[in-house]
Amino acid sequence: MAMSQPSGSSNTSNSLSASQQNSAQRQRKATMGRMIFSLSTIVAIVALLLLLWSIVNRGFGYVAVRQKVDPATLAQGRPLEELSKDELVTILQAGVTRGVFRRYDSEKPFAERDQTEVLDLVLERVVGQETIASWTLQESLFSKPVIETELRDGTEKDAKKWAGAKLEWRSWVTPDFLRSVGGSNPAVAGIRVALLGSLWVVFITMLVAVPIGVGAAIYLEEYANPKSRINQFIETNINNLAGVPSIIYGMLGLTIFVRALEPLTSGAIFGVQGSNGRTILSASLTMALLVLPLIIINAREAIRAVPSSLRQASYGLGATKWETVRDHVLPNAIPGILTGAILSLSRAIGETAPLIVIGASTFIITDPTGPFSKFTALPIQIYDWTSRPIEQFRNIASAAIIVLLVLLITLNLTAVLLRNRFSKKV
Amino acid sequence: MSSINLPPMDSTVVSPLAVPRINLKRKPRFGETLVRIILFLCAAVSILTTFGIVISLGREALLFFQFPGVTITEFFTGTDWSPQSAKFGVLPLVTATFTTSLIAMVVALPLGLAAAIYLSEYASFRMRAALKPVLEVLAGVPTVVYGFFALTFVTPLIRSVLGNDNISIYNMLSAGLVMGIMITPLVCSMSEDALHAVPDSLREGAYGVGSTKLEASLQVVVPAALSGIMAAVIVAISRAVGETMIVAIAAGAGPNFTFNPLQSAETMTGHIARISGGDLSYNSIDYDSLFAIGLLLFFITLVLNLVSRALVARFREVYE
Repeated sequence: MAMSQPSGSSNTSNSLSASQQNSAQRQRKATMGRMIFSLSTIVAIVALLLLLWSIVNRGFGYVAVRQKVDPATLAQGRPLEELSKDELVTILQAGVTRGVFRRYDSEKPFAERDQTEVLDLVLERVVGQETIASWTLQESLFSKPVIETELRDGTEKDAKKWAGAKLEWRSWVTPDFLRSVGGSNPAVAGIRVALLGSLWVVFITMLVAVPIGVGAAIYLEEYANPKSRINQFIETNINNLAGVPSIIYGMLGLTIFVRALEPLTSGAIFGVQGSNGRTILSASLTMALLVLPLIIINAREAIRAVPSSLRQASYGLGATKWETVRDHVLPNAIPGILTGAILSLSRAIGETAPLIVIGASTFIITDPTGPFSKFTALPIQIYDWTSRPIEQFRNIASAAIIVLLVLLITLNLTAVLLRNRFSKKV
Repeated sequence: MSSINLPPMDSTVVSPLAVPRINLKRKPRFGETLVRIILFLCAAVSILTTFGIVISLGREALLFFQFPGVTITEFFTGTDWSPQSAKFGVLPLVTATFTTSLIAMVVALPLGLAAAIYLSEYASFRMRAALKPVLEVLAGVPTVVYGFFALTFVTPLIRSVLGNDNISIYNMLSAGLVMGIMITPLVCSMSEDALHAVPDSLREGAYGVGSTKLEASLQVVVPAALSGIMAAVIVAISRAVGETMIVAIAAGAGPNFTFNPLQSAETMTGHIARISGGDLSYNSIDYDSLFAIGLLLFFITLVLNLVSRALVARFREVYE
């Protein structure tokens, strides 16, 4: 609240002294200042809202869908979703040429595909389901007549493309979207492989980065002599690493993990055949280096917050240094360490640039099976779809962003809850 | 280290102080030493990372400069970057980085600072508690999402205002603006920390001599927190220079030697991302040229970060 000032009480008086005039002016300036500051804050919030809106705007809305074949005729009126995988394979076999069928089989044998995947293929190849136009949520909600006009005009102008197009409401985020593999047809594409890839990458990243990060934090807080040269060097170094652009880490990963350590990261020394260094393992190790400074800085703060009376009591009972750290310092610092770990986890999920440099591919249709698989990741998929000029790819990009943001918000909430829950205890 | 001097034990003389001799010399504890070594190695990983970056970037960059026709002078002064015709002048990439970063700073610094002053000096406790998470959410959104925002929302908006003929689909203005929005929370939270650390006695002193809230904030609190604010500014610049995804998506592909924000141009990071995202054979001149750019980028951000830390250390006003 603004300070009350001994200012001139009335502006109507003709005999305002200079200081009173000055004071009124200063008051006006103060009010202006207050308005500017709060306005800036509001602008920042509006920016966030616009950001969210621009995503939701393309995640839902009307689409014009066209089907070459009515799906009801394919299976005697039963909806395709209810058919078993084998029935769908039969339909697919009947609907496409033998060469196409064989190509799909060699890409990934039908025995290995599940019902959703085959269903997508049937929809794409046999039913010929195609989204030929899509509208944003804003247009769908507020200007439906315009959309209907566009649909009519389209049919008149380009009857071949628009014939039989039906307007339907589409939420681009669906369970199917999570289960389907990526593909060239945005109507049936999904993020399954990308999501699994992201989960694999962050899982291994955490597996590597958390122990090393916590170890480094313990060393710096409990063991290191803060005055020694090497330890000061390590400290400065960690702080600088936190400021290195992520794409530089990508280049580091490319030279060290993808190329120099290729026998390890491709799994060749473990007998894995036919892959190169651009694997989940390379990506995870790179990501681990990227989040390491973050984990160390957070873990150090958590360890520093443990009261030294606990340590002294432990020493007093004859515990060694490591026993003290293991049994008293660490258990008390765990909530802070966890919070830091979760925050770096969400950083790792969203990082895109290093993965591009390392060589995540976008055209992968098989699930990653382990550290030595080729991979794609959720942000990579978003980048790829965003960069394509066709409108429907932006729709699925925003659907993928919604999935990513939900994942991140869940993680961050967990971190906040953990922090609140444990901070009361200590 | 040294054991306590006990009187010599003699079987014949029964001393009143007869205690069994205790050896208080430090017992060798191999487990403890091992743990210490392991923990040190963990900490050393960070040093290895730095060396790894310098060596791997440096080695490939060195190879790049050994290619026939590539000179360091041309690299730093050439205004044409077109690997097809063997022209490697880094300036077009640098100007694009400079332009987008400058726009980002024009947005982020006033906005972030003003929001920080509001949060620290004006907002009530409950307001602060409500607003800080919003900023944290903004800071936690992945940059690829900001890229999507720039290309699908901000660019069409700018184009509808300025006219489609005046501004290309991919342009530095949109990328820079969105980058500014992305960096605002960083500037805000770092400056807010600095402002918050200024003791209340200074504010009270200012009010005591009759300052308005604005005068107290701008003439007393902000100068007192200046080192922290400067550090925030420099970290923000370093973030803008190193930012990749927004410019890769929204600023355009293809180097362009221009400062005009309405045109498309490729930044250093954008170029690295685009070229390395394609099929690239190792040990080609294109591949090695990326590392020369990367090394330059690394040194720019390193210097910025070092300056920022030095500023904080040098000009920090310590109260109480």
